[in-house]
Amino acid sequence: MNRAAKALAVPALLLVAAEIATRLSGTTSLAVAPPSSVAVALLAALGDGTMLAATRDTLACAFGGLFVGGAIGLVLGLLFGLVRPLDRLMELTVEAIRPIPSVALIPIGMLSLGFGYSFEIAIVAFACVWTMLIMTRAAIGGIEPRLLEVSRALRLSTLQRIFKIVIPAALPRIIVAFRLAAGFALVVAVTVEIAANPQGMGYGILIAQQSLSPQLMLAYLLWIGLVGYGLNVLLSLAQQRLLGRAAMGEVRQ
Amino acid sequence: MERADLHGLAEAGACAVGAAAIEFHNVDLSYSGKPILAGLSLAVGKGEIVCVIGPSGCGKTTALRVAGGLIKPDSGSVKVGGKPVTGPRRDVAIVFQDYGKALLPWRTAAGNVSLALEAAGTPARQRKERIHALLEKVGLHGHADKYPTEMSGGMQQRLQIARCLAQEPSVLLMDEPFGALDAMTRQTLQDEMLSIAAETGATVFFVTHDLEEAIYLGDRVIGLLPNPGRIGTIAKVTLPRPRNQLETREMAEFLRLRRALFDFIGKAEG
Repeated sequence: MNRAAKALAVPALLLVAAEIATRLSGTTSLAVAPPSSVAVALLAALGDGTMLAATRDTLACAFGGLFVGGAIGLVLGLLFGLVRPLDRLMELTVEAIRPIPSVALIPIGMLSLGFGYSFEIAIVAFACVWTMLIMTRAAIGGIEPRLLEVSRALRLSTLQRIFKIVIPAALPRIIVAFRLAAGFALVVAVTVEIAANPQGMGYGILIAQQSLSPQLMLAYLLWIGLVGYGLNVLLSLAQQRLLGRAAMGEVRQ
Repeated sequence: MERADLHGLAEAGACAVGAAAIEFHNVDLSYSGKPILAGLSLAVGKGEIVCVIGPSGCGKTTALRVAGGLIKPDSGSVKVGGKPVTGPRRDVAIVFQDYGKALLPWRTAAGNVSLALEAAGTPARQRKERIHALLEKVGLHGHADKYPTEMSGGMQQRLQIARCLAQEPSVLLMDEPFGALDAMTRQTLQDEMLSIAAETGATVFFVTHDLEEAIYLGDRVIGLLPNPGRIGTIAKVTLPRPRNQLETREMAEFLRLRRALFDFIGKAEG
């Protein structure tokens, strides 16, 4: 038996067991449904376009927030990492704001921005800023001191030092930070939709629950899992490509 | 000018010498209350190779870093080429011991040499040719596209030297550059360093803990005493050039100097 078959054996067995159990019990549960009807519901929702539209909305907000928050976090992380006095000046402020759970900002966001994309993007962005900021700052702090000394000895200008030494040296860890932030982005986007924002996959799962349709609810759950998995695969591919290019340096011009 | 003529000028160790490439004048430096260098005065003549030895903690690397403008002395002055050192300069190149950390791992050999040219503002069109020539000079032709991690220690140190030569320095500051290499590679690089110095006429300030290396390379060997770092002895090396790994090291004068410096280090450590 090869590895793929081995890995699939347990999930397949569980699905069959769930199918048999739900069919035999005969109860019309509001929380569970037979896997077969979940599959039918998933295909139907994908077929009529509602699930794809929800996916588009969620991903738009997750990516929008990731890029806005990631960019702010990256710039602040670079600044704090490069300018130590600024880092010390901002330390208390950052440490005071950072522990606020991003979803705790939902009520304020709803009041100030209303329902829709910008509200959700703002909450996701808030969640992403800190991961990028803290990890970028740490990445810069972790740069080999000898490299910075070399940049002094060669008399690189400040801009040259940042773009030719600091960023390439910190890039591997910055990309890891971006992947972590991307994971948070999807979690926070779905949470905002379940809690407040009437759009996307989170709202889809909520509506399915409220319309007493466990098979559709579970279909959304399954689909969100698949989307998350796909996103992670995409990002790790991107990481390999980006790091490959980073390893090339800017010199091959 | 002949190297030999400069000995008289430089030997005085004072700062009054006009032709000096590097001049330390009464340099004091302490680090968190502990004196590292005390009243260091030394003049290195143009084109001279001065090797600095001494037990650990004698401030030999610190003296090099002061000359390179990486640290400022508390008092006293350092001049290179007659001009006071206020920070790192392009005509002063520093070769670090830890080549593995001093090279950019994400850049190829060519890219690492290019960094010095980019810093100097060399137009992109001229870089390729210069890089090729520099890699050729240190014996790395054909390795331009290799990354530092794909090279041996000796090759990596050659690469760092090529990057330093890209600055077209008049002064080379070398901080135990061959300390981490195996004996055979070290000897090869010693000879390459000597021929590069002879070819470019660069002044070399060479810190090492290897007495034989110091005698083999130097026109003068400066022995420092620790706590605080100060000059303990200055030995003039009159061995003929070009030097030869076998013959030079078998000469009576070489052995005499070796014994004298060995005794010096023994006393300095004791």
